[in-house]
Amino acid sequence: MYKDNPGPAKGFDKVFKPEKVTLANGHSVLRPRSRLPLILGAVVFVLGCSVYLTGFDVAIIIKRAGQLTVILGKIFQPDFSYFPKVLSPLFDTIKMSLLGSIIGSITGLPVAILSSSNINRNRPTLLFFRLILSLVRTIPTLVLASICALMFNYGPFAGMVAITIFTFGVVTKMLYESIETIDMGPFEAMESVGATKFEAFWTACMPQILPTYLSHCLYCFEMNVRAASILGYVGAGGVGLAINEQVGWRDYNKLGMILLVLFITVVLIDSVSGYCRKKLGGSQ
Amino acid sequence: MSVFEVFEKRPRKAWIYWSIALFLVALTIWSARDLSFHGLADKGSDIAYGVLHGLFHPKMDLLTDLSSEGVPYLIFQTIAIAILGTFLGGVLAIPFAFLASENVVGKTVSRITRAFILMIRTIPSLIWALIWIRVTGPGPFCGVVTQMICSIGMISKMYITAIEDLDVRILESLDACGCNTFEKIKCGILPQLYANFISTIIYRFDINMKDASVLGTVGAGGIGAPLIQCIRSRRWTMVGAYLLGLIVIVLLIEFISTRIRRHLAAGE
Repeated sequence: MYKDNPGPAKGFDKVFKPEKVTLANGHSVLRPRSRLPLILGAVVFVLGCSVYLTGFDVAIIIKRAGQLTVILGKIFQPDFSYFPKVLSPLFDTIKMSLLGSIIGSITGLPVAILSSSNINRNRPTLLFFRLILSLVRTIPTLVLASICALMFNYGPFAGMVAITIFTFGVVTKMLYESIETIDMGPFEAMESVGATKFEAFWTACMPQILPTYLSHCLYCFEMNVRAASILGYVGAGGVGLAINEQVGWRDYNKLGMILLVLFITVVLIDSVSGYCRKKLGGSQ
Repeated sequence: MSVFEVFEKRPRKAWIYWSIALFLVALTIWSARDLSFHGLADKGSDIAYGVLHGLFHPKMDLLTDLSSEGVPYLIFQTIAIAILGTFLGGVLAIPFAFLASENVVGKTVSRITRAFILMIRTIPSLIWALIWIRVTGPGPFCGVVTQMICSIGMISKMYITAIEDLDVRILESLDACGCNTFEKIKCGILPQLYANFISTIIYRFDINMKDASVLGTVGAGGIGAPLIQCIRSRRWTMVGAYLLGLIVIVLLIEFISTRIRRHLAAGE
């Protein structure tokens, strides 16, 4: 922050001139003005605009907070007799997120390799793959699911297709980012002793990528189980369909049962996959 | 030992790999058996064509319409919902995160708080929107509180990692310098956390922008509601206009936020 010989002032420092501080030994240094007021002002302005656009009002929340407990209270008194009927849609949800994750991750692997800048040196194809990936990732899952539900009839298959596309986008992006950080030394060494590009990649890069790849896949699977539970709401099968039904009937005790089962499933899957990811030692 | 002897003694893990592969294949078969492909729906290919056609021929007057029905207004509303929801979620997550960090409150309290956070995370955002709609009535306000609650889960999870990685030796040295508690927090803890916290909030803002369509299905404002309605009524040129607006703004925000986060990670 305290430079003896600052360069030419630009931007912020030009408008708000730095303060001159004379030190005990007679030297004088320039101390830039704090940027905090400006940043704070901008944040307050943006938040103010947002409050205006959304009609946010704390008073309403405080006044009507009692209403919050109406549904929550019923959700926390689950109707246990409904349990057997939850299982079949729940397994549908697990199956569709499992299959979607597997297909999405397998198709994601080659595309990720093709869209990492240290392996694919061909600039146009690299940009092409990345553009497609960004497009796939920006379309919200629910929109994908509702389009799929119209295309493939209502049911778990549509949900699976939506999850496959979503997983493909996420796994590929996470994977090419980690491929770009691997050590390319072994790859060059293999090439220099006469291996083909594929052999060199298979023996030098694959072992570096594999644990991270598997860890990303598991992470995606965890996310998908959560995401899949609401896909049914737009007609893509699974437990979301049951949720939609109970919400429609306003039977929040049964809804509570569904959510309880979902909660247990998510905790189970999260802890198993978290354990595996720890063993794999990959990133997050 | 010669190279060959060492090579002979290499760890043999083939059976582990084979069993994992077998397990995966078994899981795939198990799940594929019930998810049989029933063929395209009636006019399924028409729908695929419609979506693509809509994306390339969006309804132009919707994109330039500045009233509350047009794309620009809805986009701004969605951004506002995401900003406010993420901000409030980020602020509310701070106490949760401190209460869930083992090095701050100990094992028992942290376990309880973690279970609570997990519960918030498991209730799907859709249900949260339904719960909140009774308090706020339909509209963007409901979207804000829903995104606020849904953000708490992920944001506090990432805060916790940052808090548990805190370097406490700095506090000792500040103690040795004679700092009081407030100074210790200001100079010892905040500088370690704020870059990470802001980066987390920006990341979540990205996600919230994409999730905005979920809120639309239950009438909680934003661009999601008209988008889903148009898909259901198969007005593809309008779907194209809304989707295009959403895609452009999400890509733009992702680009900016990645740059800011890289800047923060570099330690400015």
